[in-house]
Amino acid sequence: MSDFLPPSVQAVLPNIIQLIYLLATGVFIMGIKRLGSPATARSGNQMAALGMFIGVVVTLFDQQIISYELIIAGIVVGSAIGTFAAKKVEMTAMPEMVAIFNGFGGGASALVAWGEFVRVGDPAMLASQDLVTIGLSILIGSITFTGSFIAFGKLKGFISGNPVTFPGQNFFNALLTIGTLVLVGWLTYDPSNQLVFWLIFGIALLLGILTVMPIGGADMPVVISLLNSYSGIAASMAGFVINNNLLIISGALVGAAGLILTNIMCKAMNRSLGNVLFGAFGGSDSSGSGPATDTDKTVRETTADDVAIQCTYANKVIIVPGYGLAVAQAQHVLKEVADKLEQKGVEVKYGIHPVAGRMPGHMNVLLAEADVPYDQLYDMEQINPDFKSTDVVLIIGANDVVNPTAKTEPGSPIYGMPIMNVADAERTIVFKRSLSPGFAGIDNPLFYKESNQMFFGDAKDSLQAITQSLNEV
Amino acid sequence: MSGLIFNLFIFVLASFVGFELISKVPPTLHTPLMSGANAISGITIIGALVIAGQVDHEFAQIIGFMAIVFATINVVGGFMVTDRMLEMFKKKDKNDE
Repeated sequence: MSDFLPPSVQAVLPNIIQLIYLLATGVFIMGIKRLGSPATARSGNQMAALGMFIGVVVTLFDQQIISYELIIAGIVVGSAIGTFAAKKVEMTAMPEMVAIFNGFGGGASALVAWGEFVRVGDPAMLASQDLVTIGLSILIGSITFTGSFIAFGKLKGFISGNPVTFPGQNFFNALLTIGTLVLVGWLTYDPSNQLVFWLIFGIALLLGILTVMPIGGADMPVVISLLNSYSGIAASMAGFVINNNLLIISGALVGAAGLILTNIMCKAMNRSLGNVLFGAFGGSDSSGSGPATDTDKTVRETTADDVAIQCTYANKVIIVPGYGLAVAQAQHVLKEVADKLEQKGVEVKYGIHPVAGRMPGHMNVLLAEADVPYDQLYDMEQINPDFKSTDVVLIIGANDVVNPTAKTEPGSPIYGMPIMNVADAERTIVFKRSLSPGFAGIDNPLFYKESNQMFFGDAKDSLQAITQSLNEV
Repeated sequence: MSGLIFNLFIFVLASFVGFELISKVPPTLHTPLMSGANAISGITIIGALVIAGQVDHEFAQIIGFMAIVFATINVVGGFMVTDRMLEMFKKKDKNDE
């Protein structure tokens, strides 16, 4: 494209390109800022997309770029896949989608570094600082790539959501990490050694798999958020490789944002990041307390009619949704139930635990999809004092976030995690398929409390039955 | 070495800006924020364009092509899906804050 420009323009083109990159950077920063508030979030996202568009267009004027066939083909293919996926994905599958997009982003950064390494022809020509950044870019990009695919598989259920571990795993992973860093150093010293290069690539891909496999399903929000941060850092490293400030800055912004979200998630679960990454928490046998087979425990089952009656005669009902609701795609039926109750003069609120769902804030998205008004949604801290004055709490597909073990049993893996104080309410009704433990893999004593009733079954079917019953009450 | 040091300055300063920008986001927006940030990390597409657009090495071009495909999926898919999510929030923005 640069051939078409007059020589006088070509002479100053690099500066113009840099200035437009600076403009794109500003647009990104403003876009991210606007993403932080509900009123401006959509325009923020659109601004960020605009910034990206500006960056891409101006890059095409780069004098180094002289062939456009592959570029156009790549953009067409990528856009088609991305558009299809983005349009088709269910809101409940959002965490998987973000995970896999993330993986592609990280993979692209690793490929950019690889491409640069190959392009130079004789790697010995590369300065040592370039070799370091190429090595790091491949390392972080590859970990993000395979790690994200494992996270995707775990969320989809292709891979067991339980931690998959082997003895000495943490030690082995640490060894591999140190090993690759040493190899990056070696590559700098002896750039023409192809074996070292391939070892970095291979081990990094393996590391992505090995670091995510031992992480239990309950910790996936943290992992996705962390991988998101990695993909930003990988992009930043790719920026170091091709010496491009726009990449360095936007990558760093994303890296920092991802780390903050990771931190928020960890706090919501009262876990440290180290514990999430190396604790192999969650899954069916991670708990000291036995499974739900203890014979002295009984649960009280209830029926749709009964739930409808109890709710109708209540003054105040709080709904605590969890991932079970999402899996059953029951958010719309839930809204119907809530509407019916409101028509009957019952006060309805929703209590949202910060890690309800599979991703931070995921539940808010699902309820927004079902048109639940914002002013009925309450964060955990806001709603916890309310339970004392509540007649009925409907717990729909939520498990660990209402488990009193988090407060009472110091030995429990979720001990210390802030929970919804549903047990303060007069009555709780748990909607659940069975008595099986939730994602964290621990039994929930709430189920056996006298004030609790269980409504077994798929959340959608159960709620539909309740709408029927509500018509008749 | 000055180039690397300069880039490091940029990196560290941008990280601080990132921390400042995101530190007080309400939980409602965590998912869209994450997916929006994710789309931005696809900025690596610019690197991919540079690699794929050069003809001096065919194999590098092919790697660049793959990088473009990957990054474009990330960018296009990421921004679109974020917009889809935020559109749902938009409908009720009278209740915002």
